[in-house]
Amino acid sequence: MGKARSRRSPVVAFVLACLCASSISLVSATPPAPDWMVTDNPIGHSGGRLVVALRSEPKTLNPVLAVDAPSRDVIRCLTADLIHINRESEKTEPALAKSWTVSRDGKQYTLHLRRGLQFSDGQPFTADDVVFTFQVYLDEKIHSPQRDLLIVGGKPISVQKIDAATVQFDLAQPYAAAERIFDSLAVLPRHLLEAAHQAGTFSQAWGVSTAPVQFAGLGPFRLKEYVPGERIVLERNPFYWKEDHQGKRLPYLDEVVFLFVPSEDAQVIRFQSGDTDVLSRFSAQNFSVLDKQQQVKSYHLFDLGPGLEYNFLFFNLNDLGSKNLPEIAKKQVWFQDLKFRQAVSAAIDREGIIRLVYAGRATPLWGHVTPGNKLWLDANISRPPRSLDRARQLLQSAGYSWKGDASLMDPRGNPVEFSILTGASNAQRVKMATIIQDDLSQLGMSVHVVSLDFGAVVDRFMKTYDYEAAIMGLASGDADPTPEMNVWLSNGSTHLWHLNESQPATPWESEIDRLMEQQLITLDYSARKKLYSRVQEIVAEELPVICLASPNILVGAKDGVGNFQPATLDPYALWNIEQLYIR
Amino acid sequence: MKRNYKLRAALALLAAFHVFILLAGFFAPYGFATQDRDMAFAPPTRMHFVDAQDKFHARPFVYVFKNNISDSSYAEDLSYVYPLRLFVPGAPYKIAGMFSARVHLFGVDAPARISLLGTDGYGRDQFSRFLYGGQLSLFAGIIAAVLSVGIGIVVGSLAGFYGGWIDNGLMRGSDLFFALPWLYLLFAVRAALPLHVPEWEVFLLLVSVIGLIGWARPARLIRGVVLSARERNFVRAARGFGASDAYLLRRHVLPQTYGVALTQLALLIPQYILAEVTLSFLGLGIGEPVPSWGSLLATLQHYDVLSSYWWMFLPAVLLVPLFFAYHAAADALQERYESISL
Repeated sequence: MGKARSRRSPVVAFVLACLCASSISLVSATPPAPDWMVTDNPIGHSGGRLVVALRSEPKTLNPVLAVDAPSRDVIRCLTADLIHINRESEKTEPALAKSWTVSRDGKQYTLHLRRGLQFSDGQPFTADDVVFTFQVYLDEKIHSPQRDLLIVGGKPISVQKIDAATVQFDLAQPYAAAERIFDSLAVLPRHLLEAAHQAGTFSQAWGVSTAPVQFAGLGPFRLKEYVPGERIVLERNPFYWKEDHQGKRLPYLDEVVFLFVPSEDAQVIRFQSGDTDVLSRFSAQNFSVLDKQQQVKSYHLFDLGPGLEYNFLFFNLNDLGSKNLPEIAKKQVWFQDLKFRQAVSAAIDREGIIRLVYAGRATPLWGHVTPGNKLWLDANISRPPRSLDRARQLLQSAGYSWKGDASLMDPRGNPVEFSILTGASNAQRVKMATIIQDDLSQLGMSVHVVSLDFGAVVDRFMKTYDYEAAIMGLASGDADPTPEMNVWLSNGSTHLWHLNESQPATPWESEIDRLMEQQLITLDYSARKKLYSRVQEIVAEELPVICLASPNILVGAKDGVGNFQPATLDPYALWNIEQLYIR
Repeated sequence: MKRNYKLRAALALLAAFHVFILLAGFFAPYGFATQDRDMAFAPPTRMHFVDAQDKFHARPFVYVFKNNISDSSYAEDLSYVYPLRLFVPGAPYKIAGMFSARVHLFGVDAPARISLLGTDGYGRDQFSRFLYGGQLSLFAGIIAAVLSVGIGIVVGSLAGFYGGWIDNGLMRGSDLFFALPWLYLLFAVRAALPLHVPEWEVFLLLVSVIGLIGWARPARLIRGVVLSARERNFVRAARGFGASDAYLLRRHVLPQTYGVALTQLALLIPQYILAEVTLSFLGLGIGEPVPSWGSLLATLQHYDVLSSYWWMFLPAVLLVPLFFAYHAAADALQERYESISL
């Protein structure tokens, strides 16, 4: 008995040990559960189709090259980024990177990717795809418009794969908005695009005529069909990596259809007639038209308050030495006089603009940061009310005088006459120009309104400098000051009123340069805010641009669209498209 | 005799229209650029004879429009009546660019406004802008039509009289003008122009482009008349007596073309007015704030204006009797000259 027992227990123990070992190895052989993101939206049900209008056909579906808004709108549904800016809270949140750590000196970011994810064609997503993506974005031969975002401290970001689910980014200097760089940098599938990149044909890849099977992305939808001139149809991505808190895989919608509807008025008509489900960003006048029929036609309109767009009047302060524009050069003497600009700003009827151009759905501006940017707005800049008397006093103190028939003369006796240029396609800006023309005529200035097509206008701003004054609007896609660098740096590419400065033209311009460079590398929010508030004050005092108004963000959706929560950052209506459903 | 009355009636209506427009400053209660920012998109002012207390006034009166900010509608404020006044002093204006005056045919005391056709997006009176706009559109059309018919007479008579290769060359040239896509040509010309072109230069440009493009049809018609005219016996006889070409043309052939020329003129004027309206509608005309009939109608391109503000259509409606009058004149002229040549 004892012998049998002692002989059996080691055998039994051995067999049990083998079983355990094999079961352990079996367990470790199956892959771990995928790291999906769990969202906290209200639960919707699957199925349904969403129809949306696009202003024009996309020029390309290649995320690295797309510049125009329609292309970006479609690409956003097909791709995903590493760190995403939540459009509602305006803060960053994990996306394809589930977490990240920053080194103490702020120069190294280590991103931990989600495991077990797949592209829309089933192929696995790994760190190799991320490294490839950044190689392409940084490739100088491809000329991606987003390449500039990845140059920090004069040097491109370096990307390194640590393991299959970890990527390390090294910056040349600490960068306050580093996390925000990653938003909208779409991760590309290496298995589909590496060959094209190595062959040098990447710029031709993923154009609009590419077959759907050649696309793959990590976005909520994938390309199903493209009918040129009519529509683009996207279908649900069965491999999408987000689920709602009940465990149902997103997106809810089966299909998204983008119709090409070229003008805003046509889009409003189609929304009203029920052809489209969502109407994104339309004018205040159309809001009044649609407002009356909300109950009858079962749709809902949203006035979200001011966004980030600021419209402004500016004067041509470029160096005209090399151009043959003697008439404009003579008028620049007026434009360069701060008192002249202050007088113009004092005479403009901003309240009238809000009422007549935007039907009350806009905010007057005296600085370039709008009330829609709660984190960065400086509430202390001066907002002087309209006063023609103050304008006349300013002009008089600058040496201007009025001739008998009340027309304004400059100190040398020339009549003050100039033109305001604007793009014909933007009816609001043309209207603002007409109102300003009337306002300035009360000061005795003779102002003409010239509206040309947008391409010709941009040509004059950027190349020929053949304009006197102009009205323009700018809106960055992000509330952070960093995307505005190109506007406010004296050598910035969108420093419209004075391009290609070899050095700052005035002491306050070099002050703005210093402040903007400083805020770029300051990591503490309140210190950055002080710097940027000072920039706003300088802009409001020295008036390189005369800010006019910021239109409210207006969107609409049919009542049947569930989870519709428009935000004030672009894309206003569809930023949470994976959470939308049809009731 | 009936024909005579038709022609006279048409000419009388046309004369009245043209006088109204020529003296726009007098007939218009306000200037064309006077904005009233509290009265944007106000409907036409209503004239009343009976007030809120049911009292009858012999002189018609208006109420002040109060703007209801919340829903952008206008309601009449019944507390005060503002009677219509005749020959009121108002904003100064110039007649034919030379004579200065201040008296307007009718008006009301401030703060009331009398806008017979309503106001536009800046609160400018549409009726005044219609009259001032007519100065541009109407006279552009007339001058362009005279230019066209003038060139048509020259080219047509030369082609018809001489025949042969002159005829061939000129007529093939006119084919080219028929075929030109003139609208795109105009866009290209506008883009090539300097940033701000003075108003009168734009006016001349409009007139010359419209006129120079359209001479082909009158030329053909005149050529037809000349071809038949030069075979007439009295023309042959004159030639037999040794008359020179110039004499024949001046004394015998051209007088026969006047009927066709006049009819063409009466037909082309409304066509060219419409051409100017089209150009201004598309934004190729004179810039703000100078009105033209085309720019008055251009705001209708926006959906909200189209659906909410019906009075913005009225300038188009008012053009209809003008064109009827021109066509009636053309009809009458045609009948008159046909009967003569028969």
